[in-house]
Amino acid sequence: MIRFFNVTKSYARTGTAVQDITLHVGKGEFVFLTGASGAGKTTLLRMVYLEERPTAGEVRVSGTSSLDATPGDVARLRRKLGIVFQDFRLLENRTAEQNVAFALEVTGAAKATIGPKVARVLTQVGLASKGTAYPRELSGGEQQRVAIARALVNDPFVLIADEPTGNLDDRATRGIFQLLREINAAGTAVMMATHNLELIRRQEFRTIEMNRGAIVFDSANQPRMAREP
Amino acid sequence: MRSLRDALVTFRRAPLLSALSVTTIAFSLFAFGLFGLVALNIREALDRLEDRVEVRAFVAEGTPIETIAVATADIATFPEVLSARTVTQGEALARARRELGEFRDVFEGAVLPASIDVRLKPGFRSPATVRSVAARVNTYAFVDDIRYGEEWIQKLYRLRNIAGIAGLVLGLAFASVSMIIIGATIRMAVLARAREISIMRLVGATDSYIRRPFLLEGFAKGVMGGLLALLLTWLARLLIDRYIIETVFFDQRLAALGLLFGAMIGLVGSAVSVGRHLRSV
Repeated sequence: MIRFFNVTKSYARTGTAVQDITLHVGKGEFVFLTGASGAGKTTLLRMVYLEERPTAGEVRVSGTSSLDATPGDVARLRRKLGIVFQDFRLLENRTAEQNVAFALEVTGAAKATIGPKVARVLTQVGLASKGTAYPRELSGGEQQRVAIARALVNDPFVLIADEPTGNLDDRATRGIFQLLREINAAGTAVMMATHNLELIRRQEFRTIEMNRGAIVFDSANQPRMAREP
Repeated sequence: MRSLRDALVTFRRAPLLSALSVTTIAFSLFAFGLFGLVALNIREALDRLEDRVEVRAFVAEGTPIETIAVATADIATFPEVLSARTVTQGEALARARRELGEFRDVFEGAVLPASIDVRLKPGFRSPATVRSVAARVNTYAFVDDIRYGEEWIQKLYRLRNIAGIAGLVLGLAFASVSMIIIGATIRMAVLARAREISIMRLVGATDSYIRRPFLLEGFAKGVMGGLLALLLTWLARLLIDRYIIETVFFDQRLAALGLLFGAMIGLVGSAVSVGRHLRSV
């Protein structure tokens, strides 16, 4: 589903961000991506949705290759992915419903199908009663739920979450994480970058740790206990 | 339909920025329009002067009027000739008196030669063509002398060339400046929606989908700016007419071309600004 083949990403000014990574994320997996700031987590995720192309190697996501994907291919790929960020990235002048519907409108979805789909995902994220609220009228946790609803509305095969709880308090973090677990349980793979080691420790999900652009630990290859002294 | 709605929504969501864009386009095109008005009136004046280009062949005294009439009809068939007319001795005297006004008595009892007055078609009034027609008319045996104000025609022609080149260069300069200013205002509109564009891309919108409303918006702003510029130019022309000199204004075809030019500038400016933005994000 998501494959990295000896992927390196370098920038002219800042040097190498990701170094010789080979990785496979399968259908329905839940993967934590962790590591210090600047370890390369965000660059790795950006290469999944082809916002960045590798300097060397290849990224292949659901049949789309970083080597030859056209802008049209990238747009079509992103309709099959859900992407969530720390800063929510909602449109301030649109309501929660309109923000979610926006993801369907830009893909040319039939007007009649938009309303029911938006209602379904807002219910799924627990915001059925807040559809007409603007982002400024919602808490941080609620805004992130709207962002997740927007990411889910196109029924993605994978949800990419880059520090989705970075701006949230503990309670909201737990709520968002529980929501991501439910989404994963329903069959959607989740790739989540996070600094929250406490959150990771409490779970049995696959964990990939990065350091200076390289993968230094992957629980899929190495049992968790083996890493600890 | 969605693109049209989005383009209209932009006017409603950011009325100040939209008004600023339209006004900037209008003033850029107004400057271009004023230049166009001056160029048009210079051209009109030169056309009127050029209209007076004439070859006058003086006929030897005693030439039968029938011979002159046959030659006149023959000359009228030259491809360059607009009209050829016989001017008898009596008509020549009357014309001289009319043109000299208070000095009309100078010609009391004088005898002026008959002539064939040849006017040339537009596009055949260059010094070389006039000289060539004059040489052919001069081949008639009864032609005593031929006048066509060679020096004056050369000066007129040179002036026309200079006006044409200056018009083209200045016109291009004005158009370029207009495009740069308009491109910058549209870039402001694009930057104001940068966040929306980045989100659109993240959720899978194609570049053409993102581009369409901006193109429509640019087109609409170009048309509105063009209309406003046309109105301003018309008002300026009214003032010039009243206080300085009578002028001619753009006909419907030129006015429509001006509007089309505004629309195209809006469209191209938008395409360039959005394209550059999409490449940079």
